[in-house]
Amino acid sequence: MKIRNQRDFGAGIMYMVIGLFFAIVARQYQYGTAAKMGPGYFPFWLGVLMALIGLLVLVRSYGAKAAIESIPKFRWRIIAQITGAVILYGLLLPKMGFLVAVVVLVFVSASASKEFTWKGTTINAAFLVTFTYSVFVVGLKLQFPLLPFFLQQ
Amino acid sequence: MDLFTNLALGFETAFTLQNLLYCLIGCVLGTLIGVLPGLGPIATIAMLLPATYALPPIAALIMLAGIYYGSQYGGSTTAILLNIPGETSSVVTAIDGYQMARNGRAGVALFTAGTASFFAGCVATLILAAFAAPLSQLAFKFGPAEYFSLMVLGLIGAVVLASGSLIKAIGMIILGLLMGLIGTDVNSGVSRYAFDIPELSDGIGFVAVAMGVFGFAEIMGNLEKTGDDEGFLNKLTTMVPTKTDIKRMIPSILRGTTIGSILGILPGGGAALAAFGAYSVEKKSSKYSHEFGKGAIEGVAGPESANNAAAQTSFIPLLTLGIPPNAVMALMVGAMTIHNIQPGPQVMTSNPALFWGLIASMWIGNVMLILLNLPLIGIWVKLLKIPYRFLYPAILVFCCIGVYTVNNTVFDVYVTAAFGLIGYLFFKLGCEPPPLLLGFVLGPMMEENFRRALLLSRGDFTTFLTRPLSLGLLIAAALLVVIVALPAVKKTREEAFVED
Repeated sequence: MKIRNQRDFGAGIMYMVIGLFFAIVARQYQYGTAAKMGPGYFPFWLGVLMALIGLLVLVRSYGAKAAIESIPKFRWRIIAQITGAVILYGLLLPKMGFLVAVVVLVFVSASASKEFTWKGTTINAAFLVTFTYSVFVVGLKLQFPLLPFFLQQ
Repeated sequence: MDLFTNLALGFETAFTLQNLLYCLIGCVLGTLIGVLPGLGPIATIAMLLPATYALPPIAALIMLAGIYYGSQYGGSTTAILLNIPGETSSVVTAIDGYQMARNGRAGVALFTAGTASFFAGCVATLILAAFAAPLSQLAFKFGPAEYFSLMVLGLIGAVVLASGSLIKAIGMIILGLLMGLIGTDVNSGVSRYAFDIPELSDGIGFVAVAMGVFGFAEIMGNLEKTGDDEGFLNKLTTMVPTKTDIKRMIPSILRGTTIGSILGILPGGGAALAAFGAYSVEKKSSKYSHEFGKGAIEGVAGPESANNAAAQTSFIPLLTLGIPPNAVMALMVGAMTIHNIQPGPQVMTSNPALFWGLIASMWIGNVMLILLNLPLIGIWVKLLKIPYRFLYPAILVFCCIGVYTVNNTVFDVYVTAAFGLIGYLFFKLGCEPPPLLLGFVLGPMMEENFRRALLLSRGDFTTFLTRPLSLGLLIAAALLVVIVALPAVKKTREEAFVED
């Protein structure tokens, strides 16, 4: 037997793993009875249902009628640059402040584009910092650590 | 009549300077994201949710609603001028609208789209106002069993009508429901699936899920596409339609409005489905059917009125029953809960100014939109030239700032990043995320009503089948599944979703 639809195969596995995970963890919580349900009752059965649906998706990916589809390639460089930019923002914000964090976020994420230019990104970063600072900090008065820790009074 | 006093109250609320301003902001933003491809209403509303903390609830809802229906106007502009649908609901507008533009009739096409949207928006607002009161009366008769069955129908409807693979979409709903259960169980106080992470005891942030899956994951997906080919930008021409144009578009607008209003109310309905439905009706019923695909004015008027009508009537289930019919409405639930408003039939009685003010603002919004779109079209066309490489870092910045301000913690920023990765995996595996968002919002409500229904029936599961209203809703849900499984329906349904 051959997997005809690899995307469905992958989705089926994913559903089964997640469903089983939720069902197994739900066993730790009190189950109760139908009339007096504990916190484990509803998630347990939802998890079981999810695993069953996963199994169905998985089985059907072998079916003679399944469309032949393969999972498109993961572009790890783009993933790393976008996700990395966001995580960097999270790491920098508390210590280095809003301004540094936003500028780093713009430059790291912009470098994921094939059309990246230093000049364009600098203009974009300057615009975004000014814009977000005036809207969120001045306008909506939201609280952020603004400057790096060594510049704060 | 009550309706008029209610509407009077609504207009009184909506016509304050502040609310008019936020309505305008919403409409401008909506048009803007409608024009910009690669940025849809779901991501935008998620991005702006945190910013609405600072606003009064009514202003926040008016603005967010404006973004949704405003994006339906803006989406057609790019579809017609560039053959790039700004929104999924304008995909069909691009077919004939772009051809009209190629024939030198871009102005007429834009005019048609604008007037069709305006007419449909006004009618749908009236329908919303007229149906809201009786429907919410019905909702008061609902017990927990009925609510549970209604949510089942809503969720099934959402996947049946609005997605590709049915079974995978059901999987996504259940995943959403499960994710919604993460956090402290209200009945027992037990913390579920939080694994001693204190930030998770309140559950996963709604904003983080929506931004991650719809914002970040979409950006990563868009960046993969090789080379954004610059479409041929058509020149703007005169907007004045000929007599034949007007004669041909009026019946289409009327049909499109009807179809859109109905499909908008249905669970899982909404703008995109309505536009598809209206286009196929126009194509089948028109005596000019040979012109379709070559610039038939009906192909613009029908879908454009339908998507706007549906965007507006999809507020009906949300406002009267508290059940969101699609992912954008799920976000509106999020917005309402942020402001401590429990969506449902009681909103109308406990908070009439908010309820009728929102409805009135939609009509005002439609007037603003037609003014924004027809005379000022040139400005929006210029915006089309903003390249994506400048746009996506901006989206990231707004998301990161927004998600941080929800709880003032960077933990939420990391959660959003994680959901970006999860969303990317979904994208690769062909799992559609909108049903997940619906499930996520409904998860806790569904469990609560399930538990209460069974508590009342002393553990008897037949309670869902012995109560007539509940049984009716479940039968409707089962029927939906059966209908979709019919070979003839299955085929047309697959054709309709080929675009995705």
